Amino acid sequence: MVMPQIKEAVNVTDMPQSDNAVVARKVSKTYGDVEALRELSLEFPRGQLTSLLGPSGCGKTTLLKIIAGLLKPNSGEIEVNGKPVTGPGPDRAFVFQDFALMPWANVLRNVAFGLELRGVAKSEREAVAEKYIAEVGLAGFEKSYPHQLSGGMRQRVGLARALSVDADVLLMDEPFSAVDEQTRRKFQEDLLNLVQHENKTFIFVTHSIEEAVYVSDQIAILLPRPSRVSEIIRPTDLRHKNVDNIRRDPEYLDIVDSIWASLRSYVE
Amino acid sequence: MTLFGYRLPAMSSLILWALVWEIVGQLDLTFFVPPLSEVLVTLTSVIGTAPFLKALSETAQAFAAGVAAAVLIGIPVGILMGKSRLIDELLLPWVNMFLSAPLTALVPVLMVLFGFGMKSIIITTTLFAIWIIILNARAGVLQINRSLVEMAHSYGANPLQAFYKIYFWAALPEILGGVRIGVIRAVKGVIIGQLLISIVGFGALFELYANNFLMAHFWAVLIVLFALAFSVSEFLAYLERRVSYYAASR
Repeated sequence: MVMPQIKEAVNVTDMPQSDNAVVARKVSKTYGDVEALRELSLEFPRGQLTSLLGPSGCGKTTLLKIIAGLLKPNSGEIEVNGKPVTGPGPDRAFVFQDFALMPWANVLRNVAFGLELRGVAKSEREAVAEKYIAEVGLAGFEKSYPHQLSGGMRQRVGLARALSVDADVLLMDEPFSAVDEQTRRKFQEDLLNLVQHENKTFIFVTHSIEEAVYVSDQIAILLPRPSRVSEIIRPTDLRHKNVDNIRRDPEYLDIVDSIWASLRSYVE
Repeated sequence: MTLFGYRLPAMSSLILWALVWEIVGQLDLTFFVPPLSEVLVTLTSVIGTAPFLKALSETAQAFAAGVAAAVLIGIPVGILMGKSRLIDELLLPWVNMFLSAPLTALVPVLMVLFGFGMKSIIITTTLFAIWIIILNARAGVLQINRSLVEMAHSYGANPLQAFYKIYFWAALPEILGGVRIGVIRAVKGVIIGQLLISIVGFGALFELYANNFLMAHFWAVLIVLFALAFSVSEFLAYLERRVSYYAASR
């Protein structure tokens, strides 16, 4: 194992046809006069976690919502599993920044809601929901209502809902920004586990450099107005290290520093 | 409320006003206000009689039908207005106009259009109740959290599912508030309809008692009407409190 970063880099250039779950091709989006995205192209390798990182207003959430099919791009296209996106589909599931739980429904119904919309029978969808509620660590809270849960627990419900529809691609819009710091760290560890054990592609929007470096296989740094990809960083080495040591790993610190160096001029 | 350190039971102000009423009645100041005790005695004698029960059922039927129509039409229309900018632009001026219009003045027109029967009374009741129901449902939908709508959309809800699984429930606290006010207005509507269109139900009783200066009877029926309206409105307020736990956290 000599210079594994370079080996990884060679792999990427060697295989332009490498297996991408999601591909964005020259996506442009304007809101009236404001150009949010200009000809943005980006590939999201299957089974990996790609972070979209950038200062606020850089269009990262816009890109995520275009991939989700919630917004239409003005030009360009998104492909998921080789098929162009025309709207929301069962191959993608969204985790919302503000959780987007139905306050009138209990945890079980919230988690099963994606399956309910697909017409899955009640007993069947509740069995699936119960499995994922247990998986995110909320067993025993099935009958609770969102207002009875803490912010962190609510986001676990949002995550369980996204997992229970068994989509190939999980789209996460700053999922941990509304929870406290300790919960956030626990979430990040759980997320790493999830990426390892679920064979899914994760697209993760964040404005936290540390968070992006900690959880990502690939980090796309977006620069604002109009937004474009300025750099792609693959902290490949970190993925093979013990999660407990990542935060004091020299490579982790170097990557965090270099990302900050390229972003600092865009922060007023 | 406390007075001189004593906690007063709920609605104790009613006791005070009942006393004032009794005193004014006993003083025999005006025939218009008989003593409350006399009114209550009349009430017990009137309440089981066949004409009273007939009037009650006629009024209740017209009221129920009118409110049902206002709710079944008003809530979906209000939700649609909140959802769609186009429908909102088209309908909002009319809704606002009818909300403040003197609907009583329209009743003769309704009589020409729909005849002198039950149909016109029901439509009058609906017209009194529906506008505030529409406006409240619309206001409820307008404050829905955007991401809840996006959530339904991204998990594949079709427009009909979004309508009855998300919009209706998210707007329910406001909708119930609108229905409660609408029901109170419908009480006015049904009595005005029964006075102006065809003299039936409680409207007929009011007309009969007022024309013959039977003020004790008049007040007795009014108390019954007030009690009915109050119960319905309190029941809806109770439902509103049942959903208020999530009204603050949508």
